[in-house]
Amino acid sequence: MFDIATQLFESPDIRFGPIDYEKDPEIESKWTHNAEFMRLYEFEPARPMSAAIVKKQYEKLEKKIEEDKNLYHFMIRATADDRLIGKAMIQRIDWANGNCSLRVGIGSTDDQRKGHGTQALKMLLRFTFAELNLFRVTANVAEYNEGAIALVKKLGFTEEVRRRQSLEREARRWDLLVFGLLKDEWLKQVQA
Amino acid sequence: MKDLFRGELVRLTSEEPDFRAKIEVNWQRDSEFHRLADGDPAALNSAKKIKEWIEKNVERDFNPSRYFFSIRALDDDKLIGFLGLWLELVHSEVWVGIGIGERDYWGKGYGTDAMKLCLQYSFMELGAQRVSLGLFEYNARALKSYEKAGFKLEGRMRKEMMREGKRTDTLWMGVLRDEWLQMQNGAKP
Repeated sequence: MFDIATQLFESPDIRFGPIDYEKDPEIESKWTHNAEFMRLYEFEPARPMSAAIVKKQYEKLEKKIEEDKNLYHFMIRATADDRLIGKAMIQRIDWANGNCSLRVGIGSTDDQRKGHGTQALKMLLRFTFAELNLFRVTANVAEYNEGAIALVKKLGFTEEVRRRQSLEREARRWDLLVFGLLKDEWLKQVQA
Repeated sequence: MKDLFRGELVRLTSEEPDFRAKIEVNWQRDSEFHRLADGDPAALNSAKKIKEWIEKNVERDFNPSRYFFSIRALDDDKLIGFLGLWLELVHSEVWVGIGIGERDYWGKGYGTDAMKLCLQYSFMELGAQRVSLGLFEYNARALKSYEKAGFKLEGRMRKEMMREGKRTDTLWMGVLRDEWLQMQNGAKP
Protein backbone atom coordinates (compact mmCIF):
# COMPACT_ATOMS: atom_id res chain seq x y z
CA MET A 1 0.00 0.00 0.00
CA PHE A 2 1.05 3.60 -0.57
CA ASP A 3 1.78 6.27 1.99
CA ILE A 4 2.66 9.97 1.92
CA ALA A 5 6.31 9.16 1.25
CA THR A 6 5.54 6.94 -1.75
CA GLN A 7 6.38 9.06 -4.79
CA LEU A 8 3.37 9.85 -6.99
CA PHE A 9 5.41 10.26 -10.16
CA GLU A 10 7.89 7.35 -9.92
CA SER A 11 7.48 3.73 -11.05
CA PRO A 12 10.16 1.05 -11.41
CA ASP A 13 10.80 1.66 -15.13
CA ILE A 14 9.08 4.96 -15.88
CA ARG A 15 8.37 8.33 -14.33
CA PHE A 16 6.01 11.22 -14.99
CA GLY A 17 7.58 14.59 -15.75
CA PRO A 18 6.66 17.99 -17.14
CA ILE A 19 6.97 19.01 -20.78
CA ASP A 20 10.52 19.74 -21.96
CA TYR A 21 10.08 22.42 -24.63
CA GLU A 22 13.66 21.91 -25.86
CA LYS A 23 13.68 18.17 -26.47
CA ASP A 24 10.11 16.84 -26.56
CA PRO A 25 8.64 18.50 -29.68
CA GLU A 26 11.05 16.71 -32.01
CA ILE A 27 10.33 13.29 -30.49
CA GLU A 28 6.58 13.74 -30.46
CA SER A 29 6.71 15.02 -34.04
CA LYS A 30 8.17 11.63 -35.01
CA TRP A 31 5.29 9.80 -33.29
CA THR A 32 2.74 11.84 -35.23
CA HIS A 33 4.25 10.57 -38.49
CA ASN A 34 3.21 7.07 -37.43
CA ALA A 35 -0.44 6.90 -38.52
CA GLU A 36 -1.05 3.68 -36.60
CA PHE A 37 -0.09 5.31 -33.28
CA MET A 38 -2.21 8.36 -34.03
CA ARG A 39 -5.26 6.26 -34.83
CA LEU A 40 -4.94 4.44 -31.53
CA TYR A 41 -4.33 7.59 -29.48
CA GLU A 42 -6.77 10.01 -31.15
CA PHE A 43 -10.31 9.98 -32.47
CA GLU A 44 -9.45 13.08 -34.48
CA PRO A 45 -8.04 12.47 -37.97
CA ALA A 46 -4.39 11.41 -37.88
CA ARG A 47 -2.00 13.98 -39.34
CA PRO A 48 1.73 14.49 -39.14
CA MET A 49 2.85 17.47 -37.07
CA SER A 50 6.17 19.29 -37.27
CA ALA A 51 8.09 20.02 -34.07
CA ALA A 52 6.91 23.64 -34.40
CA ILE A 53 3.25 22.53 -34.46
CA VAL A 54 3.79 20.15 -31.53
CA LYS A 55 5.34 23.00 -29.54
CA LYS A 56 2.30 25.18 -30.25
CA GLN A 57 0.06 22.31 -29.09
CA TYR A 58 1.99 22.14 -25.80
CA GLU A 59 1.49 25.87 -25.30
CA LYS A 60 -2.23 25.55 -26.02
CA LEU A 61 -2.47 22.61 -23.64
CA GLU A 62 -0.70 24.39 -20.77
CA LYS A 63 -2.93 27.44 -21.29
CA LYS A 64 -6.02 25.23 -21.22
CA ILE A 65 -4.81 23.52 -18.02
CA GLU A 66 -4.38 26.92 -16.37
CA GLU A 67 -7.73 28.29 -17.53
CA ASP A 68 -10.07 25.30 -17.35
CA LYS A 69 -8.64 23.66 -14.19
CA ASN A 70 -10.08 20.30 -15.21
CA LEU A 71 -7.09 18.68 -16.87
CA TYR A 72 -3.74 17.13 -15.83
CA HIS A 73 -1.03 16.18 -18.29
CA PHE A 74 2.17 14.18 -17.76
CA MET A 75 5.04 13.24 -19.99
CA ILE A 76 6.07 9.59 -19.53
CA ARG A 77 9.87 9.15 -19.34
CA ALA A 78 12.10 6.11 -19.02
CA THR A 79 13.63 6.16 -15.54
CA ALA A 80 16.94 4.85 -16.87
CA ASP A 81 17.78 7.74 -19.23
CA ASP A 82 14.86 10.22 -18.81
CA ARG A 83 13.98 9.65 -22.48
CA LEU A 84 10.43 10.67 -23.52
CA ILE A 85 8.39 7.53 -24.28
CA GLY A 86 4.74 8.59 -23.98
CA LYS A 87 2.00 10.80 -22.62
CA ALA A 88 -0.67 10.44 -19.94
CA MET A 89 -3.66 12.63 -19.33
CA ILE A 90 -6.57 13.07 -16.92
CA GLN A 91 -9.22 15.09 -18.70
CA ARG A 92 -12.78 16.37 -18.41
CA ILE A 93 -12.58 16.38 -14.61
CA ASP A 94 -16.03 17.05 -13.15
CA TRP A 95 -15.19 18.17 -9.63
CA ALA A 96 -18.78 18.41 -8.38
CA ASN A 97 -19.52 14.82 -9.39
CA GLY A 98 -16.06 13.34 -8.83
CA ASN A 99 -15.43 11.85 -12.28
CA CYS A 100 -12.96 12.19 -15.14
CA SER A 101 -11.55 10.33 -18.13
CA LEU A 102 -8.03 9.00 -18.72
CA ARG A 103 -5.67 8.57 -21.66
CA VAL A 104 -2.28 6.90 -21.93
CA GLY A 105 -0.12 6.52 -25.03
CA ILE A 106 3.33 5.00 -25.58
CA GLY A 107 4.75 6.74 -28.64
CA SER A 108 7.38 4.62 -30.33
CA THR A 109 7.02 0.98 -31.33
CA ASP A 110 10.33 0.13 -29.59
CA ASP A 111 8.90 1.13 -26.22
CA GLN A 112 5.59 -0.67 -26.60
CA ARG A 113 4.69 -4.08 -25.14
CA LYS A 114 7.13 -3.71 -22.24
CA GLY A 115 4.69 -2.95 -19.45
CA HIS A 116 5.31 0.81 -19.57
CA GLY A 117 1.67 1.55 -20.35
CA THR A 118 0.58 -0.60 -17.38
CA GLN A 119 2.92 1.24 -15.00
CA ALA A 120 1.76 4.60 -16.37
CA LEU A 121 -1.93 3.76 -15.99
CA LYS A 122 -1.35 2.50 -12.44
CA MET A 123 0.34 5.78 -11.51
CA LEU A 124 -2.45 7.71 -13.18
CA LEU A 125 -5.08 5.79 -11.18
CA ARG A 126 -3.32 6.45 -7.90
CA PHE A 127 -3.06 10.14 -8.79
CA THR A 128 -6.77 10.25 -9.66
CA PHE A 129 -8.07 8.45 -6.58
CA ALA A 130 -5.46 9.32 -3.93
CA GLU A 131 -4.42 12.85 -4.94
CA LEU A 132 -7.40 14.35 -6.80
CA ASN A 133 -9.80 12.31 -4.61
CA LEU A 134 -12.14 11.58 -7.50
CA PHE A 135 -14.74 8.81 -7.28
CA ARG A 136 -14.57 7.21 -10.72
CA VAL A 137 -12.55 7.17 -13.93
CA THR A 138 -13.69 6.51 -17.48
CA ALA A 139 -11.69 5.24 -20.45
CA ASN A 140 -13.08 5.49 -24.00
CA VAL A 141 -11.55 2.91 -26.34
CA ALA A 142 -12.20 2.14 -30.00
CA GLU A 143 -13.14 -1.51 -30.57
CA TYR A 144 -10.09 -1.98 -32.83
CA ASN A 145 -7.67 -0.91 -30.06
CA GLU A 146 -7.03 -4.39 -28.66
CA GLY A 147 -3.98 -3.36 -26.64
CA ALA A 148 -5.88 -0.69 -24.74
CA ILE A 149 -8.85 -3.01 -24.12
CA ALA A 150 -6.54 -5.67 -22.67
CA LEU A 151 -4.79 -3.06 -20.50
CA VAL A 152 -7.91 -1.55 -18.91
CA LYS A 153 -9.40 -5.01 -18.33
CA LYS A 154 -6.19 -6.10 -16.63
CA LEU A 155 -6.46 -3.15 -14.26
CA GLY A 156 -10.03 -4.04 -13.28
CA PHE A 157 -12.10 -1.70 -15.46
CA THR A 158 -15.65 -2.81 -16.33
CA GLU A 159 -17.07 -2.43 -19.84
CA GLU A 160 -20.16 -0.30 -19.27
CA VAL A 161 -21.33 1.09 -22.60
CA ARG A 162 -20.94 -0.02 -26.20
CA ARG A 163 -21.66 2.99 -28.38
CA ARG A 164 -22.53 1.23 -31.60
CA GLN A 165 -20.89 2.47 -34.79
CA SER A 166 -19.66 5.73 -33.30
CA LEU A 167 -16.43 5.98 -35.27
CA GLU A 168 -15.70 6.07 -38.97
CA ARG A 169 -12.30 4.74 -40.07
CA GLU A 170 -11.06 2.68 -43.01
CA ALA A 171 -14.39 3.35 -44.74
CA ARG A 172 -16.38 1.47 -42.13
CA ARG A 173 -18.07 2.10 -38.80
CA TRP A 174 -16.63 0.92 -35.46
CA ASP A 175 -18.06 0.70 -31.95
CA LEU A 176 -16.67 2.78 -29.13
CA LEU A 177 -16.34 1.05 -25.77
CA VAL A 178 -16.69 2.92 -22.50
CA PHE A 179 -14.90 1.42 -19.48
CA GLY A 180 -15.26 2.54 -15.87
CA LEU A 181 -13.40 1.96 -12.60
CA LEU A 182 -14.64 3.09 -9.18
CA LYS A 183 -12.54 4.19 -6.23
CA ASP A 184 -13.51 1.27 -3.98
CA GLU A 185 -12.68 -1.20 -6.77
CA TRP A 186 -9.25 0.39 -7.13
CA LEU A 187 -8.68 0.40 -3.35
CA LYS A 188 -9.43 -3.32 -3.12
CA GLN A 189 -6.84 -4.00 -5.82
CA VAL A 190 -4.02 -2.01 -4.27
CA GLN A 191 -4.76 -3.28 -0.77
CA ALA A 192 -4.76 -6.91 -1.93
CA MET B 1 -40.38 16.64 -48.46
CA LYS B 2 -41.49 17.04 -44.87
CA ASP B 3 -41.14 20.36 -43.07
CA LEU B 4 -37.88 20.01 -41.13
CA PHE B 5 -38.90 22.52 -38.48
CA ARG B 6 -42.54 21.61 -37.84
CA GLY B 7 -43.81 18.52 -36.02
CA GLU B 8 -47.25 17.56 -34.72
CA LEU B 9 -47.01 19.44 -31.42
CA VAL B 10 -43.97 21.72 -31.69
CA ARG B 11 -41.85 23.73 -34.08
CA LEU B 12 -38.15 24.59 -34.02
CA THR B 13 -37.16 28.26 -34.07
CA SER B 14 -34.31 30.68 -33.51
CA GLU B 15 -35.29 33.27 -30.89
CA GLU B 16 -33.96 36.74 -30.13
CA PRO B 17 -31.41 36.80 -27.24
CA ASP B 18 -33.32 39.18 -24.95
CA PHE B 19 -36.55 37.19 -25.28
CA ARG B 20 -34.77 33.88 -24.61
CA ALA B 21 -32.96 35.35 -21.61
CA LYS B 22 -36.24 36.52 -20.00
CA ILE B 23 -37.66 33.00 -20.30
CA GLU B 24 -34.50 31.11 -19.31
CA VAL B 25 -34.05 33.11 -16.12
CA ASN B 26 -37.33 31.49 -14.98
CA TRP B 27 -36.26 27.99 -16.02
CA GLN B 28 -33.08 28.37 -13.93
CA ARG B 29 -35.18 28.91 -10.80
CA ASP B 30 -36.64 25.41 -11.25
CA SER B 31 -33.88 23.27 -9.73
CA GLU B 32 -35.71 20.05 -10.59
CA PHE B 33 -35.64 21.00 -14.26
CA HIS B 34 -31.94 21.82 -14.00
CA ARG B 35 -31.08 18.52 -12.33
CA LEU B 36 -32.97 16.56 -14.97
CA ALA B 37 -31.30 18.38 -17.85
CA ASP B 38 -27.76 19.17 -16.70
CA GLY B 39 -24.90 17.64 -14.70
CA ASP B 40 -23.36 20.89 -13.47
CA PRO B 41 -24.42 22.32 -10.11
CA ALA B 42 -27.56 24.44 -10.36
CA ALA B 43 -26.93 28.20 -10.46
CA LEU B 44 -28.98 31.38 -10.70
CA ASN B 45 -27.95 34.09 -13.16
CA SER B 46 -29.42 37.46 -14.07
CA ALA B 47 -31.33 37.91 -17.34
CA LYS B 48 -28.53 40.33 -18.33
CA LYS B 49 -25.83 37.67 -17.83
CA ILE B 50 -27.86 35.01 -19.67
CA LYS B 51 -28.38 37.40 -22.58
CA GLU B 52 -24.63 38.01 -22.76
CA TRP B 53 -23.97 34.26 -22.87
CA ILE B 54 -26.54 33.76 -25.58
CA GLU B 55 -24.98 36.54 -27.66
CA LYS B 56 -21.50 35.11 -27.13
CA ASN B 57 -22.69 31.62 -28.09
CA VAL B 58 -24.36 32.96 -31.22
CA GLU B 59 -20.95 34.21 -32.33
CA ARG B 60 -19.01 31.17 -31.19
CA ASP B 61 -21.47 28.45 -32.13
CA PHE B 62 -22.81 29.54 -35.48
CA ASN B 63 -20.67 27.05 -37.38
CA PRO B 64 -21.05 23.74 -39.26
CA SER B 65 -20.70 21.56 -36.17
CA ARG B 66 -23.16 23.31 -33.87
CA TYR B 67 -26.95 23.70 -34.22
CA PHE B 68 -29.21 25.32 -31.66
CA PHE B 69 -32.99 25.61 -31.70
CA SER B 70 -35.70 26.87 -29.43
CA ILE B 71 -38.87 24.78 -29.14
CA ARG B 72 -42.31 26.38 -29.42
CA ALA B 73 -45.64 24.63 -28.81
CA LEU B 74 -47.85 24.74 -31.89
CA ASP B 75 -51.15 25.19 -30.03
CA ASP B 76 -50.31 28.42 -28.12
CA ASP B 77 -46.94 29.33 -29.74
CA LYS B 78 -45.29 29.42 -26.29
CA LEU B 79 -41.51 29.06 -26.04
CA ILE B 80 -41.20 25.86 -23.98
CA GLY B 81 -37.68 24.48 -24.41
CA PHE B 82 -34.40 24.14 -26.26
CA LEU B 83 -32.65 21.64 -28.51
CA GLY B 84 -28.87 21.72 -29.07
CA LEU B 85 -26.99 19.51 -31.54
CA TRP B 86 -23.25 18.94 -31.82
CA LEU B 87 -22.15 17.31 -35.07
CA GLU B 88 -18.88 15.36 -34.98
CA LEU B 89 -17.99 16.10 -38.57
CA VAL B 90 -15.38 13.39 -39.14
CA HIS B 91 -17.40 10.55 -37.62
CA SER B 92 -20.85 11.81 -38.67
CA GLU B 93 -22.22 11.51 -35.18
CA VAL B 94 -24.69 13.95 -33.61
CA TRP B 95 -24.87 14.56 -29.85
CA VAL B 96 -28.14 15.93 -28.51
CA GLY B 97 -29.06 18.10 -25.55
CA ILE B 98 -32.77 18.77 -25.05
CA GLY B 99 -34.84 20.37 -22.31
CA ILE B 100 -38.45 21.39 -21.81
CA GLY B 101 -38.19 24.24 -19.31
CA GLU B 102 -41.94 24.84 -18.99
CA ARG B 103 -43.18 22.23 -16.50
CA ASP B 104 -46.78 22.43 -17.70
CA TYR B 105 -45.61 20.83 -20.94
CA TRP B 106 -43.95 17.80 -19.30
CA GLY B 107 -45.33 14.33 -19.95
CA LYS B 108 -47.59 15.43 -22.82
CA GLY B 109 -45.52 14.45 -25.84
CA TYR B 110 -43.95 17.85 -26.62
CA GLY B 111 -40.41 16.69 -25.87
CA THR B 112 -40.88 13.46 -27.82
CA ASP B 113 -42.20 15.41 -30.80
CA ALA B 114 -39.18 17.74 -30.63
CA MET B 115 -36.88 14.69 -30.46
CA LYS B 116 -38.52 13.27 -33.59
CA LEU B 117 -37.73 16.55 -35.35
CA CYS B 118 -34.19 16.32 -33.98
CA LEU B 119 -33.70 12.86 -35.52
CA GLN B 120 -35.26 13.92 -38.81
CA TYR B 121 -32.94 16.94 -38.94
CA SER B 122 -29.85 14.92 -37.98
CA PHE B 123 -30.39 12.19 -40.57
CA MET B 124 -32.08 14.15 -43.35
CA GLU B 125 -30.12 17.42 -43.17
CA LEU B 126 -26.87 16.85 -41.27
CA GLY B 127 -26.03 13.47 -42.83
CA ALA B 128 -25.58 11.79 -39.44
CA GLN B 129 -24.80 8.07 -39.27
CA ARG B 130 -25.73 8.02 -35.62
CA VAL B 131 -27.37 10.20 -32.97
CA SER B 132 -26.29 9.94 -29.32
CA LEU B 133 -27.35 11.22 -25.93
CA GLY B 134 -26.91 10.68 -22.22
CA LEU B 135 -29.35 11.02 -19.31
CA PHE B 136 -29.52 10.47 -15.56
CA GLU B 137 -31.02 7.26 -14.22
CA TYR B 138 -33.57 9.16 -12.11
CA ASN B 139 -35.05 10.75 -15.25
CA ALA B 140 -37.56 8.00 -16.10
CA ARG B 141 -39.73 10.35 -18.17
CA ALA B 142 -36.82 11.15 -20.49
CA LEU B 143 -35.89 7.47 -20.90
CA LYS B 144 -39.43 6.63 -22.00
CA SER B 145 -39.55 9.59 -24.37
CA TYR B 146 -36.20 8.77 -26.01
CA GLU B 147 -37.20 5.12 -26.47
CA LYS B 148 -40.42 6.26 -28.10
CA ALA B 149 -38.45 8.46 -30.49
CA GLY B 150 -36.26 5.48 -31.47
CA PHE B 151 -33.21 5.50 -29.20
CA LYS B 152 -31.77 2.25 -27.84
CA LEU B 153 -30.09 1.97 -24.44
CA GLU B 154 -26.42 1.06 -24.98
CA GLY B 155 -25.20 0.93 -21.41
CA ARG B 156 -24.80 2.78 -18.15
CA MET B 157 -21.80 4.42 -16.55
CA ARG B 158 -21.94 3.34 -12.93
CA LYS B 159 -22.26 5.99 -10.23
CA GLU B 160 -20.98 8.76 -12.49
CA MET B 161 -22.92 11.55 -10.79
CA MET B 162 -23.35 12.70 -7.20
CA ARG B 163 -26.84 14.03 -6.66
CA GLU B 164 -28.61 14.78 -3.38
CA GLY B 165 -25.86 12.90 -1.51
CA LYS B 166 -26.22 9.74 -3.60
CA ARG B 167 -24.15 8.30 -6.42
CA THR B 168 -26.25 7.85 -9.53
CA ASP B 169 -25.69 6.19 -12.93
CA THR B 170 -25.75 7.91 -16.30
CA LEU B 171 -27.49 6.09 -19.16
CA TRP B 172 -26.25 6.27 -22.75
CA MET B 173 -28.43 5.83 -25.81
CA GLY B 174 -28.02 5.86 -29.56
CA VAL B 175 -29.96 5.45 -32.77
CA LEU B 176 -28.40 4.43 -36.08
CA ARG B 177 -29.33 5.81 -39.46
CA ASP B 178 -30.58 2.42 -40.71
CA GLU B 179 -32.72 1.92 -37.62
CA TRP B 180 -34.28 5.34 -38.04
CA LEU B 181 -34.93 4.80 -41.75
CA GLN B 182 -36.68 1.51 -40.98
CA MET B 183 -38.86 3.29 -38.43
CA GLN B 184 -39.90 5.78 -41.10
CA ASN B 185 -41.12 2.79 -43.11
CA GLY B 186 -43.31 1.67 -40.24
CA ALA B 187 -40.98 -0.45 -38.10
CA LYS B 188 -41.55 -0.13 -34.34
CA PRO B 189 -38.66 1.34 -32.31
